[in-house]
Amino acid sequence: MSARPWLLSAPALILFGVLLLVPLGMTFVLSFNAFDFYEGIIPTTGLANYAEVLGDSYYWEIFGRTFGIALATTAICALIGVPQAYILYRLSPVWRSVVVLIVIGPLLISVVVRTLGWAILLGNRGVINTALKDWGLIERPIKMMYTEGGIVLALVHVFVPFMVLAVWAALQRKDPSTEAAAESLGASPFTVFRRIVLPQTVPGILSGSLIVFSMAASSFATPAILGGRRVKVVATTVYDEFMNTLNWPLGAAIAVTLLVAVMIIMITWNRLVERRYGEALQ
Amino acid sequence: MAFLVLDGLTKTYGEVRAVDSLSCTVEKGEFVSLLGPSGCGKTTTLQMIAGFATPTSGRIELAGRNLASIPARQRGLGIVFQTYALFMHMTVRENVSFGLEMRKVSGKELKTRVDRALEMVHLGALADRYPRAMSGGQRQRVALARALVIEPELLLLDEPLSNLDAKLREEMQLELRRIQREAGVTTVMVTHDQSEALAMSDRVVVMNGGRLQQVDSPFDVYETPKSSFVSTFLGKSNNFAARLESTSDTGSVLTSGGVTLAGPRASLLPGAAEIAIRPERIELTGPGQGIVSGTVRERIFLGAQWMLAVETAMGEFLVARRNSGNREADIGDTVHLVWAPQDLRILPAKEGARS
Repeated sequence: MSARPWLLSAPALILFGVLLLVPLGMTFVLSFNAFDFYEGIIPTTGLANYAEVLGDSYYWEIFGRTFGIALATTAICALIGVPQAYILYRLSPVWRSVVVLIVIGPLLISVVVRTLGWAILLGNRGVINTALKDWGLIERPIKMMYTEGGIVLALVHVFVPFMVLAVWAALQRKDPSTEAAAESLGASPFTVFRRIVLPQTVPGILSGSLIVFSMAASSFATPAILGGRRVKVVATTVYDEFMNTLNWPLGAAIAVTLLVAVMIIMITWNRLVERRYGEALQ
Repeated sequence: MAFLVLDGLTKTYGEVRAVDSLSCTVEKGEFVSLLGPSGCGKTTTLQMIAGFATPTSGRIELAGRNLASIPARQRGLGIVFQTYALFMHMTVRENVSFGLEMRKVSGKELKTRVDRALEMVHLGALADRYPRAMSGGQRQRVALARALVIEPELLLLDEPLSNLDAKLREEMQLELRRIQREAGVTTVMVTHDQSEALAMSDRVVVMNGGRLQQVDSPFDVYETPKSSFVSTFLGKSNNFAARLESTSDTGSVLTSGGVTLAGPRASLLPGAAEIAIRPERIELTGPGQGIVSGTVRERIFLGAQWMLAVETAMGEFLVARRNSGNREADIGDTVHLVWAPQDLRILPAKEGARS
């Protein structure tokens, strides 16, 4: 009887174990090994790689930039996603299904195709700059490729659906009469949104932020294409260590540091919000 | 001029007439219930009074002003929603304060008025709790305090007790009526529960299929139903198709299922009719003295009374018998039913039955 649940979930657990835990564990072990340019990976155990990552301002800058991009992406996603989710919530069922399709649209396109699309738009000779120059609005192209702003823009485009869906789910859990109740008590539509609807979406914003932040902090393809070598983030740095420098142990140490940092940030954020809203929202 | 006037109020959704030319009035300080089965248009009527639905045609007047062009948030009505619609992210005090804050009441006056409202519903001690940590009955009181604190001209209650369990519901009926009297606020309640409507209201508006059936005091609506629907919807009733043979000031003569019956004076012309008699007005009597005889098919014990189902020539009768502590007729027994002629209600025949 008690073995049955385990037996039934065994295939999923094995898949999960083999495809996620084993590589993760091996990366963790690898991060303690040493690397020599002539001898390759030396199976020792030491914290030298972590000392290098944490002691070098070069890596601090990369981590700082990565979290900066992730934070900006999360904030903009929340600013766009919350009103969008509220509009979605208020739409009639027919329009809602159409709009949901539009909202999740970006997710249906391959990340490489989507990002190259942004590259076509944002380049110095791209669509936006050419158009602005032809209209005589600018003389020299605005630099958008290979900037943090460009990366944030493309990341927001693809991560907004996660925020919208998370906030929408929170909206659907609330009592629909609360808005009518506030209205009957004399609240204007804006006050209803600010004081009644918004606070009830906080759990959705929280979970949406966690998803968007962790995905933005570990995103690879978008910063690789739109940031290139000039705007390095942690994921592209790890890639370079593995594929160009061939210093796998250092790459592994950077990757593990990113994982731990993201987890610490997420847990702290969760705690903060729970302490603030704990009693009112469960 | 009545305080609240509904005049020819109609609401259609496509082909469906949810509310069909409803006209009635409510006096100041009165407690009126809109009673009917689900889909009878009572909730739509309430929504139109509240301003959440726009009437297709007709007029709503409150204290002499036409509400048509006034949006919901400026009508200043107190509304208690079926789900209570409490603001879960606010404490009880914040919930009750909300309406006053919208009216720019602040400081000492805000506190005094909120305290008074919470005191009225006996929730003074729980002001700093969140609704999530409260029972259904307590949430109900919070919703009531929140609606009353703005001192509304009109209080609307949308099935206010339907989410409570049976015992609590009876307590809250009395409590709600006490609070309403204390506040002296004109109240319109929507309910599908006939005992709730009878127990709480000054007058009951019975609705069916979007149309008004009868408006009367709870006693009159129960005692002198004007249609077959009202007689069966309020309380239990034995209704049979009948034929009105003749009627005069001294009474009527009817036939039903081959049985000749005497009844009170009818306001109908002789012809097809319907008769109704309440189960509690029927007595059992000795052989040969009954109006109609039959066999007991079913017997249910309800504590204070017995309920018998008796198969007769006219059809199946429900008979309520006060539990006197003695043995009651058993299944299969032959019984003889008798009632006073004035307890018989003569109603229009079902076909074309309209108020």
